[in-house]
Amino acid sequence: MKYVFRASVLAFIGYVVGIWLTVAIRGGSPTDEVAVVFGFILALIGWLGGIGGIEAFGRQWMGKKPKTSPEKGWTRYFEFSIDHKVIGIQYGVTFISVLLIGGIGAMLMRIELASAGQGILDLDDFNKVVSMHGILMVAVAVAGILGAFGNYIIPIQVGAADMAFPRLNALAFWLVPPVAIGLLGAPFLGSFNAGWTAYAPLSVTNDSGQILFNLAIITFGLSSILGGINVLVTVITMRAPGMTWGRLPIFTWAGVAASLLSFCVTQFFAAALILVTMDRVAGTAFFGPDVGTGLLYEHIFWFYSHPAVYIMVLPGFGVILELVPTFARKPLFAYKAAVIGMLTIVGLSVVVWAHHMFTSGMADFLHGPFMILTEAISIPTGLVFLSIIGTLWMGRLWFRTPLLLAFGWLFNFLIGGITGIFLADVATDIHLHDTYYVVAHFHYTIVGGSIFGLLAAAFYWFPKITGRMYNERLGQIFAVWVTVMFNFTFIPLFWVGINGMNRRVGDYPEAFEGANRFASISALILGASFLLFVGNLVYSAIKGPKAGPNPWNSRTLEWQISSPPPQHNFTSQPRIVGHPYDYGVEGSRYVVFDEPGSSVSDAPEEVHA
Amino acid sequence: MTTDIAPDPAVEESHDDHGEYHQDMTFQPRANRIGLWMFIFSECFLFAAFLSARYYSTGTFRPEELNQLLALILTMVLLVSSISAYLAEVSIKYNHRRNFKLFTIVTILLGFVFLAGVVVELTEAIHHYPPGTPYGTSYFMLIGLHAFHVVSGIGALFIVLFLGFRGHFGSSDYWGVEGVVKYWHFVDLAWVIIYPTLYLF
Repeated sequence: MKYVFRASVLAFIGYVVGIWLTVAIRGGSPTDEVAVVFGFILALIGWLGGIGGIEAFGRQWMGKKPKTSPEKGWTRYFEFSIDHKVIGIQYGVTFISVLLIGGIGAMLMRIELASAGQGILDLDDFNKVVSMHGILMVAVAVAGILGAFGNYIIPIQVGAADMAFPRLNALAFWLVPPVAIGLLGAPFLGSFNAGWTAYAPLSVTNDSGQILFNLAIITFGLSSILGGINVLVTVITMRAPGMTWGRLPIFTWAGVAASLLSFCVTQFFAAALILVTMDRVAGTAFFGPDVGTGLLYEHIFWFYSHPAVYIMVLPGFGVILELVPTFARKPLFAYKAAVIGMLTIVGLSVVVWAHHMFTSGMADFLHGPFMILTEAISIPTGLVFLSIIGTLWMGRLWFRTPLLLAFGWLFNFLIGGITGIFLADVATDIHLHDTYYVVAHFHYTIVGGSIFGLLAAAFYWFPKITGRMYNERLGQIFAVWVTVMFNFTFIPLFWVGINGMNRRVGDYPEAFEGANRFASISALILGASFLLFVGNLVYSAIKGPKAGPNPWNSRTLEWQISSPPPQHNFTSQPRIVGHPYDYGVEGSRYVVFDEPGSSVSDAPEEVHA
Repeated sequence: MTTDIAPDPAVEESHDDHGEYHQDMTFQPRANRIGLWMFIFSECFLFAAFLSARYYSTGTFRPEELNQLLALILTMVLLVSSISAYLAEVSIKYNHRRNFKLFTIVTILLGFVFLAGVVVELTEAIHHYPPGTPYGTSYFMLIGLHAFHVVSGIGALFIVLFLGFRGHFGSSDYWGVEGVVKYWHFVDLAWVIIYPTLYLF
């Protein structure tokens, strides 16, 4: 706690000094946006300095030996720990907290929308709540699975002791709390009402809270890029002997695919927001009404933000593909097709961005190609579905909470995918654009694809991470509860959307009142289910029964070591001798462990079924 | 080339030693290289976004008042600095410590000359095409972004120089130099694309 306290104090001092210096040199008021920018930058430096991040790198630059981080005790979760397991838990707790805060925003919106006319929020406040809910949830979806389970599980699944760049990993995590503080602090500067998309020119002219949004998300982008590079380099260089690319666990493949996207395209969101920030503080005019055009913002923004939805759902694919063979007790069907599908999605996702802009006034000849390319993405996604359903088919299904959530995932993402076709299609999109149909569609894909994956992953890897078992009964109740109420919430929104109810407006015609009230009541019940989720996991982490190393009889590497894993993950060198998902295949082995001290040649090279 | 570099000492020592199984650390030099190339690739996207903003909003328009001679000189300065950076890397590879320090200093000086030129450029530009005009907007943004990278490159070169004077690096352990020099080449390459974008097309 000492370091977090020091970091907070230094961040505060940095913020005050930044503002004071700007005012002293330039004049003007302390709430000027230029002052806020310098305040934020110095606060960020103060935060990283206080937590020990600058020291971790700077000591080496000054030619000194690095400090070691502590190995035991709960305080290491509040320090600049370079252990990937600590960082994974830090990410997990942070993002589940952000998920709950974002959920409060969703509840506020649904309460406002429970009846036509003005309720608890006025129209501008409604937009601010929409924007806050949007960006918090997007952050959870982008980095939730990859941050928490990518960090915790991927190094173990490839047989490594840690990530390739442990300090960079810690830095990437400790950039996240300032993002959350910056976003949640925006209401003190008038909040932001331009949505999570922050379309210019509104984002150039609205309240100063927007500047905190920009700075926070640029920082978050840096964190994503560093995290993505780290995952990729880890998988490329640190795989255990015998782990060829064809034997890589499928969750690791999904992490690789998502990281390939995130380390490239995230720069475009940063670029878009840097341009908006410069328009606001430095007098440039990229999106101003006289010189520039908002269309430029939309192109740059969606070049990141469409691939971003695949950064969100690809890890979700990975989680479901990973756990389905375990609970169906069957080999993963069409492993290669699933991998090819995910990599094809990576390739296609960067050439479809303008399907968000069919009504924006861009050149007409772009409509056709972007429609075709977008619809083509359903083919590789179909391969992933083929793999999941083929694995479930004729399996001996073991209905535990993760599998129930996987079924919820499958249903929701299917609805999300099918309804997406009508948004990719130019003719129907012109009608459906900016209605609640779009809202319902992307909640089915993002909540269905990413958040359900996060929940399933949380239950699946809970015994590995904590060493204790969650309450199965309560877990199953939660899985059914969240799936059913999610559908009750969003199915009515398709109907009101098709009939023309606009998104991002806190009011609507009275004809939609019944459907909206039904959705609002369902949403509140859906929100309440997360209390059960958090309560179950928190209580079980402290008081739950011991789980043992491998409660699911799973074959991948992380289940072959004790729960929770030892300090450097493995006590002897793992060697991969088979395919990870050959459940029920006679005599198949996936991994053998070298006895400490034995020579390499003693280990069998290949064990056939 | 890939085998003659010792593992990063920082990472080795961050793992304590109880005499048990340890992961083989020979992956680290390869990981460093791949990681740096990925970072550079990622940076290319940032520059691509800014360059596409320039072409999208103003096409290939450029005003008459541009100081072509100064820009040409600056380009030459930066290209020459890339050569001196390369010579610094080669020197440390063959353990010529004196030349390594000399060429690093030359690179830093050329970097400062470039920055001084940029300041002159911008003070002229602000009279003819300030940031509120179509061309000025892209001009200041691209020059500013590049200058920021030059500044961070000079900072990294200073760290390398400092460590060089402290006796770090050698023919088997020069990843620090190599990494910074690669980054410097990247900054140089970015200018090679930004220069024609703003001055020639």
